[in-house]
Amino acid sequence: MKLELDGVSFPLAHFDLDVTARLSSITTGIFGPSGAGKTSLLEAIAGLRRPRRGRIVLDDRVFDDGDVHVPARHRRIGYVPQENALFPHMSVLRNIRYGAADAPVYECVRVVEIEHLLARRVTTLSGGEQKRVALARALVTAPRLLLLDEPLAGLDRALHGRILDYLRRIRDELRVAMLYVTHDPEELAGIAEETVVLERGRVVAVGKTAEVAGRPIISPGGP
Amino acid sequence: MSAAEWHVVAFTLRVAALSTLLIAPLGVGVAWLLARYRWPGKSLVETVVTLPLVLPPVATGLLLLKLVGRRGPLGQLLDRAGVDVVFTWRAVVLAMMAMSFPLLVRGCRVAFEEVNVRFEQVARTLGASDWRVFLTITVPLALRGIVGGLVLAFARAIGEFGATIVVAGNIPGRTRTLALAIYDDVQLGHDDAAFRLLGVAAAIAFVALWTSEAVLRRRGAPR
Repeated sequence: MKLELDGVSFPLAHFDLDVTARLSSITTGIFGPSGAGKTSLLEAIAGLRRPRRGRIVLDDRVFDDGDVHVPARHRRIGYVPQENALFPHMSVLRNIRYGAADAPVYECVRVVEIEHLLARRVTTLSGGEQKRVALARALVTAPRLLLLDEPLAGLDRALHGRILDYLRRIRDELRVAMLYVTHDPEELAGIAEETVVLERGRVVAVGKTAEVAGRPIISPGGP
Repeated sequence: MSAAEWHVVAFTLRVAALSTLLIAPLGVGVAWLLARYRWPGKSLVETVVTLPLVLPPVATGLLLLKLVGRRGPLGQLLDRAGVDVVFTWRAVVLAMMAMSFPLLVRGCRVAFEEVNVRFEQVARTLGASDWRVFLTITVPLALRGIVGGLVLAFARAIGEFGATIVVAGNIPGRTRTLALAIYDDVQLGHDDAAFRLLGVAAAIAFVALWTSEAVLRRRGAPR
């Protein structure tokens, strides 16, 4: 995976996001305090929000650059929002099939071990089950990159290790590249090789996770 | 009930159903545009759509009369095409459409606004076109409100009086609706007949509401 973010900028509520970074690890952490612009950056990479300026290039495919804006549906970038956004009016299987009616779903179902949940209503699932279904649904489209927004938020501490195990399996068995957004540096230690630190819309550090994610964050005047 | 009364009831149901059917696509479309997008002229459209709700119905009838009367801008075109509107069943439908349109748009707009955009965003990252997102995510999740809006519009059409009497008159066998017939009966002191029709009007409202509830309950199961 090679992701180029070159001066990607747009206004947020209290400041402008302006991100430049070149990422090439299979798993990259994006770390920063709440309100640093992490989710907005994911939305831009997914194609859900058009930057006012800047370039987004993934594996030599230009997604955003001046007049170029490839819509989300043509990017093949998987997106798992913090709240999962499982379609509440569909069964688990229909959720998973949404992105590819004819593609085989078995691999994606197996890797997160949800074979036994397929006929269930998504509203009856536990938080951890919902997260695994959301992951499978995103994986069915064979994404070039998987965007994970705070994948452990709202889950029991006891579940964190299991979900991280599933993410490692996705990385190692399906070889899917991931961007992992979090405000908790501890989560990144076990999964991301490289980490980008974001503060008030700007990249303040990039490097090996162990080196950058542990350092204290000082954000003068931050919200 | 007399044959003439049955005729009034059947006629009212027919024109109200036709009116609701005719405004449904445009009403749902306008509601969706108002709920999801910002565009130039939006507040003007909002105002025009709401106008019949705040104007006296008789005034709305007068505006319609000026619009589709022989010398009105639309009336001239229709006259050339050989279509009579004023004081015909078409005028009844037109009055019902104008008066129930705001209720349909309001109901649907609220329903669309309550659909979390995350569902639509995720659907797009899964490769769905705008149309597919609308039909498989937005409409099903807003269905309760859309059906509610349609039922309300239909009920409003059944009860329409002020605009109808101006633009369509109260011609027995041709433009007399349930509401106009009740008015006539009251004026002529035929209280028994008025109460019979009142009972029918209440029954129609009850059946419409009950049917829509039943339909929505059945749709609740996952597929």
